Amino acid sequence: MTEPILSVRGLTKRYPGVVANDGVDLALMGGEVHVLLGENGAGKSTLIAMLTGLQQPDAGDILVDGTPRVIASPREALRLGIACVYQTIMLSPTLTVAENLALGEPWWSRPDRAKIAAELAAMREDLDIAVDPDALAGDLSLGQQQQVEIARALMRGGRVLILDEATSMLTPAGADELGALIRRLAARGLAIVFISHKLNEALAFGDRVSVLRLGRKVGELTPDHIAAQPKEATMAEIVGLMFGRDRAEAMARTPRPASAEPPILQATGLSLQVPGGVGLKDVSLEVAPGEVLGIAGIDGNGQRELAEVLAGQRVAAGSIRLAGEAIDGLGVGARRRKGLRYLTDDRHHEGTVGPFAVAENFVTKDVGASPFWSAAGLVDKSAIGAHAARMVADFDVRTPSVATPIGRLSGGNMQKVILARELTGEAKVVIYAKPTYGLDVANTEATRARILAAAEAGVATVLISTDLDEILALSDRIAVMSAGRIVGTVPNGPDARAAVADLMVGRVAA
Amino acid sequence: MEQLLTVAFLTSLLAGAVTAGVPLLLAGLGEQVSEKAGVLNIGIEGMMLVGAYTGFVAAWSTGSFWLGFAAGAAGGMAVALLMALLCVRLGLNQIVVGIALTLGAEGITALLHHVQFSRTYPRLPGVETLPIPFLSEIPVLGRALFDRHPFVYLAVLMVPLLVFVFRRTGLGLHLQAAGDKPAALDAAGVSVVTTRTAAVLFTGAMAGMGGTYMANIGAGLFIPFMTGGAGFIGIVLAMLARGRPGWVLFGALLFGASMALTTALQVGGVNIPTDVIQMVPFAAVMAVLVIFGRRAKLPAALGLPYVRGER
Repeated sequence: MTEPILSVRGLTKRYPGVVANDGVDLALMGGEVHVLLGENGAGKSTLIAMLTGLQQPDAGDILVDGTPRVIASPREALRLGIACVYQTIMLSPTLTVAENLALGEPWWSRPDRAKIAAELAAMREDLDIAVDPDALAGDLSLGQQQQVEIARALMRGGRVLILDEATSMLTPAGADELGALIRRLAARGLAIVFISHKLNEALAFGDRVSVLRLGRKVGELTPDHIAAQPKEATMAEIVGLMFGRDRAEAMARTPRPASAEPPILQATGLSLQVPGGVGLKDVSLEVAPGEVLGIAGIDGNGQRELAEVLAGQRVAAGSIRLAGEAIDGLGVGARRRKGLRYLTDDRHHEGTVGPFAVAENFVTKDVGASPFWSAAGLVDKSAIGAHAARMVADFDVRTPSVATPIGRLSGGNMQKVILARELTGEAKVVIYAKPTYGLDVANTEATRARILAAAEAGVATVLISTDLDEILALSDRIAVMSAGRIVGTVPNGPDARAAVADLMVGRVAA
Repeated sequence: MEQLLTVAFLTSLLAGAVTAGVPLLLAGLGEQVSEKAGVLNIGIEGMMLVGAYTGFVAAWSTGSFWLGFAAGAAGGMAVALLMALLCVRLGLNQIVVGIALTLGAEGITALLHHVQFSRTYPRLPGVETLPIPFLSEIPVLGRALFDRHPFVYLAVLMVPLLVFVFRRTGLGLHLQAAGDKPAALDAAGVSVVTTRTAAVLFTGAMAGMGGTYMANIGAGLFIPFMTGGAGFIGIVLAMLARGRPGWVLFGALLFGASMALTTALQVGGVNIPTDVIQMVPFAAVMAVLVIFGRRAKLPAALGLPYVRGER
């Protein structure tokens, strides 16, 4: 076999509390599309940041043409022929295409528009890259902007081209177009790294597949191996590597029998128009005390809107009753005082106030309430501190102190603070939105254990998640959302996975 | 009203507009470069004042106006270097640092002046002008515009020079990308920190020379706090000019004219309390901001420190 253009050996990067990359090995061959797969937080972005000089590894080597190199900056990476098309476009929107392509030239240079236009014209011939050199970059479509970035990489003599989730924002047709371009580039001898979390794309465009999970490379499928077996078998193999399915099934909960108690939360006929979004269309649901209602579905099908309507952050048509009492007219605070809690999926912006201390974040939803505020409306710092100390111990929040700004904590510890805030006091109904999104294994399990413990204690639970394994592991009943509707509700059990999958793709009406 | 339209009045007004406008032009052009690169340079007032002081001292002790400008540029750049270290390299808040530098510059120049000159205000000799042949013969315009110290012509020549740099050079692209999308510049392999530092230093040099002009040529002497908000007017000019140097020139002359009204009205024989007339430029700033404020289109990353990897 030929020598790889770029290879990494034992690459390791640690952040406080997390090992983002742990001894990763990778070899990139010319003429080959190497797909890098992994969930959010698997370490793909960190790996790319080290290859492109944005981050420095803590251990391990990067070899270019067999020679170990230190890639100190993006400039150095470019000099070595490593170029990257990022998930977010790296073009200056107020410059033209030609000016953007000239951006890396030294400051004293005179940008040569004619030369760049000629090079672009040549690429139109060879590679079917078609962009107007005089158009403002900000006016181009996303697909065209990516073509500009690829053209730039080629003009700089790039031999390794990294595409970081380049298809994530494209239409399916745009993604296919990009895939075809990638194949043409590989045919020219470039080594391509294609990062994605879409399996079908990975197999359609890629030659070789490496899977990252929790910072480790858990497997590599060679071109021969992929060619030798049917596509379905490859997919199953990759899914097993990506998600470690055995673990998810190990903690499955035995669903409880349908509750005899009357439902505590009843929503009927919720409808909401959202400009440019799916909104809600006649959504009804009910949850009994101690019951876990899972809400499955592909992200963006109205789950966030539903959660916000239930929590009182949005107003929708229809009715919502809590313990038999209509709460439609009540705001977030009033609903919270009645025991309705909402755990947002946006823990950095909506869930916490980054610069505020951990202790303060425990009470941001109880401003003005005793015992944290005196009758005269003054803050009682000692009460807040004592409460925080108790919560930190109970929920195992790893923080230097309760006075630390919460923005400095990891996502997992932030989530513990939010869980503590929502689950303490008179919590009767809790709505969780993607509660374990972006968390590592230990924190995911701790969070799930909290959710189940609260349900055991009688809390009616609405669990919104895009992770089907999570829904199957925790729920008693599962509702499936699609295009703003609940398209069906099934009891959890051995057949639930297939039933939910059918509902998600709209094959059966339950 | 007729007495206002005499040759003497118009000449005095135009000449005064140029004298008051040159420091604004230099400050505005300098600020424009910083802002283009994404640095809101509030310290420019301090850079002007330090430039006025160092420029005056150099000219006073050597007798050379040109050495004065060199020293003024160096003084302004010294303050700018501090600003670049704190705001560009260390990423501190640009507004806070800018205000601190301005206040600090006011204090230190007043102190140094007091130590060196006690309560005296020595004057520099009058400047020699360089009349441009033929053009300086034009009535009214000639005396006011084409019979000036050569530095004035150089200051105006900065306008086409900057247009050229912005439109036709790699540096212009770097500056614009540093202000609009610094991550794109970084990914293209150009250092955002270096680009922004260079821009801030350029602003310091321009502001310093603007201050020197105010002291050495405009007034002929240094008085503590003499810049009196000229740097802030420069910031307004840069913001309203939307990245175009020609507009800074136009605005600088407009504000210069409103500042020159005081003397011109006296020459014209109209007596209005000077306090009222001295308010004119600032009233003009407010009027312009109200009328054109919405037009100000600022770079997307203006005022935001660039930290690699944070998006």
